[in-house]
Amino acid sequence: MKIVVPIKQVPETSNVKMDPKTGTMVREGVESIINPLDLYAIEEAIKLKEKSGGQVIVISMGPEKALEAIKEAIAMGCDDGVLLSDKKFAGSDTWATSCVLAHAIKKIGDFDLVICGERATDGDTGQVGPGIASFLDLPLSTFTSEIISIDEGKIQVRRLVEGGYEELELKLPAVLTVVKEISDPRLPTLRGKLRAKGVEIPVWGPQDIGVDEENIGLKGSPTRVVKIFTPKVTREGEMITVNDEKSLEEAVDKIMEFLIKKELI
Amino acid sequence: MGEVWTLAEFSHGKLSSVSNELLNRGKNLAEKLNTALASVVLGYNVKREYIDELIARGADKVYVVDDKNLENFLVEPYAKVLIALIKEYNPEIFLAAATTTGRTLMPYVAVKVRTGLTADCTVLDIEEGTGNLLQTRPAIGGNILATIKTPNTRPQMATVRPHSTKPALPDRNRTGEVIYKKFDEDVFLSKSKYLRFIKDESQQVSLQDAKIIVSGGRGLGRPENFKMIDELAELLGGAVGASREVVDRGWKPYPHQIGLSGKTVSPALYIAVGISGAIQHIAGMQTSENILAINKDPDAQIFKIANLGIVGDLNEILPLLIEKIKAYKKKEAV
Repeated sequence: MKIVVPIKQVPETSNVKMDPKTGTMVREGVESIINPLDLYAIEEAIKLKEKSGGQVIVISMGPEKALEAIKEAIAMGCDDGVLLSDKKFAGSDTWATSCVLAHAIKKIGDFDLVICGERATDGDTGQVGPGIASFLDLPLSTFTSEIISIDEGKIQVRRLVEGGYEELELKLPAVLTVVKEISDPRLPTLRGKLRAKGVEIPVWGPQDIGVDEENIGLKGSPTRVVKIFTPKVTREGEMITVNDEKSLEEAVDKIMEFLIKKELI
Repeated sequence: MGEVWTLAEFSHGKLSSVSNELLNRGKNLAEKLNTALASVVLGYNVKREYIDELIARGADKVYVVDDKNLENFLVEPYAKVLIALIKEYNPEIFLAAATTTGRTLMPYVAVKVRTGLTADCTVLDIEEGTGNLLQTRPAIGGNILATIKTPNTRPQMATVRPHSTKPALPDRNRTGEVIYKKFDEDVFLSKSKYLRFIKDESQQVSLQDAKIIVSGGRGLGRPENFKMIDELAELLGGAVGASREVVDRGWKPYPHQIGLSGKTVSPALYIAVGISGAIQHIAGMQTSENILAINKDPDAQIFKIANLGIVGDLNEILPLLIEKIKAYKKKEAV
């Protein structure tokens, strides 16, 4: 079983600090990490390999710094990695990113599965996984929460949808995007880290993957960012402190009044 | 000028309310562009009443593809049908809901049509002068908003966050054109097969459809206290959410998790109980219309985004609140 896992390096946002004056995110000193949702994809791929043998190749498009993310994935147990890095890739939107990743996956070739995180925590689009499937004309299961079975060129999966789960059967090769429920990511081991140090990570540019330069970077991106701004949160923000029977009564009456006024009850 | 299209979505045979929200969005855009508003319906045994409902709520036209192969959502045949329709009619704008279906189907289609798609938009408008669609969406866990456009390709595609606008109201006197389209069997060929749907019995009301969500966090202290959250949610006809911490502790299963690694919701009311408001959690619920927070720590982050914050012991507040809601409902029922 040959599995390709596309990952993204993102800013560590779990401890995001906001500048109290400007209300914008403080980016200085923010660490770069593997997109947390990609860890579930990496883990699931490693588990499949451990069960039935094969190879897990992690790929990432980004600056040279993204090598760190690839090395970390290898330290967790992936076998090989490829970095897609070239200034011509810069400014790619989800269309162009899917295009680059799909070309790289095609070049790797002979794969059975592509497993992606459901979305990246910075862009929050969740469009690249389905985009890869579309470029490669492959069956797709998004929001996958469980691989039920893999057998004779077919995979049965369960996906998390509104109000429950759906089960699908896809012909291999296929593309999955996965949610947290699918796996519990392991930490990189010391032995893994040592091994990762020794693994040569090729760096591919547009020519290596045979992608038309009209289709990548800002030039290949159908969307344009018009502006970026910080949301204004305008809430009345009334606070009540409960410290005795009387204030308890008042607080709960206040909630009731709120529910009734807003026609929520 | 091409039309403004919305994708009507069905859930287990019923037209879902996000379809009506999309019509509200679409009507506004179509009026500004002075073009027609159309809904696209893909399904099997599509009831006429649903088509009439779409017309009543603002669709000037409804394109219907009714085929056994479209009974359940599968991305490849759905995408092939939509691509064929887009090529034939060249719509200006195409909106779908940012549901699991919309967020799977639209990127698959946009790649093949070679056009721009913006995910999970909360504001849509038309740019003066150019007539381009301005699509605004939260990113980086809702810490920023980005406005995006697709200047050179059509249709301009977007998925729209459920509950980010009100459903269009029906006008039963409206009339509209219904266009039935047929496709050859090969369009429906797929390398995937739909097997079954399994209802999550722990979700009495689905989180994405809920008008009210009551969520519990670590501040509940112990898993048994979730019973109060469940009861409150049931009384209010709402759904039950949970923070990452309590899901990781096994107090509630993952489908209930709200936040960066769980679901993003924007109900009319979000009640956060014992949730401190870590940035990952806030990312999943801060676009809720109203937020009520109950927490014993007055410095909890959640209070910064709450309309109403109660600082106190949830073990005192929740039982009394439940009691008062029951009393209120009893009184109202008389």
